[in-house]
Amino acid sequence: MPPSAQPPLIETKNLSRTFGHGEQAVRAVHNVSFHVQPGEIVAVVGESGSGKSTLARLILRLLDPTSGQILLDGRDVTTLRSSKELKPYWRKVQGVFQDPFAAVNQFFTNRRVLEKPLQLLDHKPSHAERDQRVETALLEVGLDPSDVLNKGPHQLSGGQLQRVMIARALVAGPELLLADEPTSMLDASLRVTVLNLLLDLRERHNMGILFITHDLGQAYYLSDRVLVMYRGEVVEQGPVQQVLSYPQHAYTQRLLADVPRLHGWGAVLSDGSYNGGTGA
Amino acid sequence: MILKNVRAHYSTDDGPVVRAVDGVSFSVADGEVLGVVGESGCGKSTLASVISLTAHPPLHVTSGEMLLDGETITLTNQEHVPPGWQGRKVSLLPQRAMNSLNPTARVHDFVIDVLRAHDSTITQQEAIERAQERLEQLSLPSRVLDSYPHQLSGGMRQRVVAIISTLLNPSTLIADEPTSALDVSSQKELVLLLQLLLDRGFIKRIIYITHDLPMLSNIADRIAVMYAGEIVEIDNTKAMIDTPRHPYTRTLIGSTLDPDPRVRESRIEGIKGAPPDLRNPPSGCRFHPRCSYVMEICPRETPPISGTDTNFYTCWWLQEQTAAANFAKVQK
Repeated sequence: MPPSAQPPLIETKNLSRTFGHGEQAVRAVHNVSFHVQPGEIVAVVGESGSGKSTLARLILRLLDPTSGQILLDGRDVTTLRSSKELKPYWRKVQGVFQDPFAAVNQFFTNRRVLEKPLQLLDHKPSHAERDQRVETALLEVGLDPSDVLNKGPHQLSGGQLQRVMIARALVAGPELLLADEPTSMLDASLRVTVLNLLLDLRERHNMGILFITHDLGQAYYLSDRVLVMYRGEVVEQGPVQQVLSYPQHAYTQRLLADVPRLHGWGAVLSDGSYNGGTGA
Repeated sequence: MILKNVRAHYSTDDGPVVRAVDGVSFSVADGEVLGVVGESGCGKSTLASVISLTAHPPLHVTSGEMLLDGETITLTNQEHVPPGWQGRKVSLLPQRAMNSLNPTARVHDFVIDVLRAHDSTITQQEAIERAQERLEQLSLPSRVLDSYPHQLSGGMRQRVVAIISTLLNPSTLIADEPTSALDVSSQKELVLLLQLLLDRGFIKRIIYITHDLPMLSNIADRIAVMYAGEIVEIDNTKAMIDTPRHPYTRTLIGSTLDPDPRVRESRIEGIKGAPPDLRNPPSGCRFHPRCSYVMEICPRETPPISGTDTNFYTCWWLQEQTAAANFAKVQK
């Protein structure tokens, strides 16, 4: 892990986003402050509806915050509005999403999907550079370019396509990768492959990764620090071993207790603690 | 319940034949939860359609029969299922069950539709009362009946559909990835509900199909591991988790990530390669291209079933290991 004296790669200060007005207002993200260092993997965990994905969209600048700041390398980027102003930001911050099939245009070839982010570069790349960047990115995620480039997205398996999506994010050479539930559509065996790929990227490029998940096992395996979100707020954050071994907040404790484990909460089923469930 | 030699494939007039389920047999005892685990594309959901008698073209069932509560049904003709089977003897709880609620109708309207579809003499009032009674028995608030689906959380919708689909007390519930769209807390509540349905005797047995082995290990009594349309191992849950036998089961268990400090100690590896193409499955043992214990015989011949109906594996390597262990014992 990098020394904490280093300035953070990305930092949020009291970031908030409210949807709707008056009584109908939903505080999807409320006063969220955290930072990611270069080469650090930070996990954001929480249940559905806790604001994880809204946070992801705010950080990718796909959604404007209601209040608060996002700083990249110490510079406020929340004032950037047009896509022209945001291009240099997106060059450094790229995302990978939950459903790879929903994230691509099915009518494009994989080559076209992968070349799209080249528009973010500050220069117009030559043909040689285009090919080189796309092929390097594919090799980086363990795919054979000749096997993938001229096919359509539907001709790949879910695991392969998700790796293409990670390659797409790498084409522009980002410093921060935001991975929003990148493995939840994948099988357990492929899941580990994608997580290992993220670990390798951190190793090779000192990339910062913000990893959003509802799976505490994955957060444990992958991340250095963890933020626990509940109803739009960060209720707990710290080094992953500390937070998950000694959870302080009641919500974190419940989340941990509910995770199915191989040698897990089997006992709960027989001790009659079932209460019909809450939360209508 | 006994299932014998189920084979089903997808085919169209000019397309290739995809053998999604190829010779699956197993039995489920009364009060038992049998788990079926496997990767995407191994034929789990096809198996669910076949057992729940909802297979429709292009899915064709070519062989198989099911013995259920003393009656036998051949699975090959699912266009004409005898009355009284669907929903009463076997009921399916699919992955996105919660989306089967009509968004413009209250939950009780759905209850009325479901019950009347099976018994047209039942009055609206009777149908609602039956659902109310069942909800109370399961400690769920009966006010959900007056709600519209959007007023309920995803987890609650899934639980409500699970209850409605078991109102007719089907003897066998087939749950196909019922929790995969839910967060961990709702997952747990749904699993507890299914267990309660079983304990109260509303249903007699559950076949629980999923790719989530940790989840399954918390509900299933026995687990069947499916690979490329075949069952490669069946064992009691605890035995399988503690001492997996088949190489595929070993890798599946090896690649699970428990939230436990131990997962950080070393790099965990996934299963190399990709699941096979079922249009043209590998010869011999179907796992051999991805297996780290592959032997010379594996690509040539299909491994035999070693063990009994309720507890077996199919693997050449294991067979040899067991034989060697037995030989060593005799030598002593």
